[in-house]
Amino acid sequence: MSSTALRGRAGVIGFILAETSLFAVFVVAYLFYIGKSLTGPFPQDVLELPIVNTICLLSSSVTVALATRALASGRVARAGAWLALTVALGLAFLAGTAQEWRRLIFERGLTIGTNLFGTTFYPLVGLHASHVILGLVMLSLCAAFAWSGALKAAHTQRVELVSWYWHFVDGVWIVVFTVVYVIGR
Amino acid sequence: MTLATLHDWVVTVDHKRLGIMYVVTGLVFLVIGGVEAFLIRLQLSQPGLTLVPADTFNRLFTVHGTTMVFLVGIPIVFGFANYLVPLMIGARDLAFPRLNAFGFWILLFGGALLYFSFIGGDGLYGAGSAPAVGWFAYAPLSERAFTPGNATDYWNLSVLVTGFGTIATAINLIATITTMRAPGMTLGRMPVYVWTMLTVSAMTLLILPPLSAAQIMLLLDRFLGAHYFDTQAGGSAIIWQHFFWFFGHPEVYVLMVPGFGFVSEIIPVFSRKVIFGYATLVVATVSIGAVSFSTWAHHMFTVGMGGTLNSFFAASTMLVAVPTGVKIFNWLGTLYGGKLRFRTPLLFCCAFLFQFLCAGLTGIMLSVAPFDWQLTDSYFVVAHFHFVLFGGLLFTIFAALYYWFPKATGRMLSERLGRWHFWLLVVGFNLTFVTMHFPGLLGMPRRIYTYPADRGWDMLNLVTTLGVPLQALAVLIFVVNVVYSLRRGAPAGNNPWEAWTLEWATTSPPPAYNFATLPPINSRRPLWDVQHPDDPDGPHE
Repeated sequence: MSSTALRGRAGVIGFILAETSLFAVFVVAYLFYIGKSLTGPFPQDVLELPIVNTICLLSSSVTVALATRALASGRVARAGAWLALTVALGLAFLAGTAQEWRRLIFERGLTIGTNLFGTTFYPLVGLHASHVILGLVMLSLCAAFAWSGALKAAHTQRVELVSWYWHFVDGVWIVVFTVVYVIGR
Repeated sequence: MTLATLHDWVVTVDHKRLGIMYVVTGLVFLVIGGVEAFLIRLQLSQPGLTLVPADTFNRLFTVHGTTMVFLVGIPIVFGFANYLVPLMIGARDLAFPRLNAFGFWILLFGGALLYFSFIGGDGLYGAGSAPAVGWFAYAPLSERAFTPGNATDYWNLSVLVTGFGTIATAINLIATITTMRAPGMTLGRMPVYVWTMLTVSAMTLLILPPLSAAQIMLLLDRFLGAHYFDTQAGGSAIIWQHFFWFFGHPEVYVLMVPGFGFVSEIIPVFSRKVIFGYATLVVATVSIGAVSFSTWAHHMFTVGMGGTLNSFFAASTMLVAVPTGVKIFNWLGTLYGGKLRFRTPLLFCCAFLFQFLCAGLTGIMLSVAPFDWQLTDSYFVVAHFHFVLFGGLLFTIFAALYYWFPKATGRMLSERLGRWHFWLLVVGFNLTFVTMHFPGLLGMPRRIYTYPADRGWDMLNLVTTLGVPLQALAVLIFVVNVVYSLRRGAPAGNNPWEAWTLEWATTSPPPAYNFATLPPINSRRPLWDVQHPDDPDGPHE
């Protein structure tokens, strides 16, 4: 493996470690404040399990892995298709989150200032969603490069690093799902 | 300096130039933070003075603390790492040079943001406002209800963005050290300094994001009406302290451990010996990093955590003394029986040994929870951590500056001025900070802007303040030394100290590409092997 690829890997691992530490504090704050809201609405009243969302996001981890594998074997068009599908799944996830927030804010009257639940819920889920957006920007660029022909098999290691980030975003979602929608409800 | 030179420095991605810019930035802020300290000490020199009003006093100690930690300690520590790590491991540059430049410029921007609060702190409503919440900005006191205006937000954003820069640099250093070592530079042959930077970079990745997270929460509270630290809405009054000190205590080690690295490079060279117990030193370094994650709440013994938690944090804090004590013996063992050359870098290292030992001993005293109940938030604590960060860290930084200045500039610093600098600083420092323990023991709280005359603190405070001009003079002599030596200093040559690590194998200053050819690396002291082919180090390691 070239030294450029090695240092890229080390850099992304370091970045993911730092991000993990950042999320950990928001997760701890959420766990710490479960059941401490003085007024409603409470999680059990308003939260619904985001099953479709979760399926979309988790399966996008598979599609991005397939994209990397296709690229490694030189099938750029196929890699581009898998990347595009990954982006579509990510967008579906974001649409689900937007739908959830719209319902919570406008129908249930839960905002960041309503109670401790709102205070801890929106930043945690929002921080994750902002990472999804960042990942989608990178994946869309990769897909666009595949479509324009700029992406070559030689770039596999770079796309792989993007996929690592994407797997990380998925992993965080599993934690958020468990904490917010399972334990917290 | 011509415009073209300035342009070169502004657009540079060279680790050596960025390293120098980091260190110079840190030294400039050291002078600014020092002036703030001087004003604080003037106000406290006698009881009942009104030189500095109470509000301004709060701002002074807030900005002084923030400056010294985030704009002096961090840039100097990471600046040296920038300069030295690639040279010591035989690399061309850091792994991500542009990320490196980003880290520096965003840190400088953060520094500007903090000081801009002086004029922008209260928006249009008046100049002369700066954050007054202490360098740790305890929430809920730093919530908008108790601290209106924008000054606290300048503190918040300033520390937040410098943090992003530091995280980026830490990632950069880890990637560099793990993947870009020259052939033969195995982990077990790395200079101890590189080990310390690997350790503190890893720590930085784990402790700085939690601070950023807490700061984002505070911003959400202050601007969007969230309730993270709002006790009225059921929020906790102490969770900020947990988040802050989870960063804040390991941060002390992030600053101090690279100082151990400097000492571990300098003492062997000036003792003409190999470092005593390389392996134990490395293990102790990594252990300090590991243990430091479980000590944060010793800053919170008085918030009422209960006996179990107090005992745990007292014990884990005492545990830090074990690897730290190991290191002291490593350095003493290196000095023992050596052919000592008492040049300025070694002088600073020797003072460090004594002063840091005192700092450690008062640290162990404070780790005993009942003792801490008596002395928390007193001047005893202030004296303790100034012994760590001034008597410990700053002395090692000066040692490092004297030691590596010839490499970075090609000129030696004056020994005569160096000795003046050293002795004035030792006397001034100890006059101020040894004395400062006693008003603390006599019950003088920290963060008070004045005190009545009948407490028996008068003379002690006066003596504490009298040490300050000596320290200021010492720093002034250092500045004169730098300016003078840059023009007139004796040419350094490649290896003026007859040292053995790789940075001395190239020219002073090194070319942009660092090394035309590297010497073979078969031991921890590649240059020794080159000089003594008859008795290489390898078989002894």
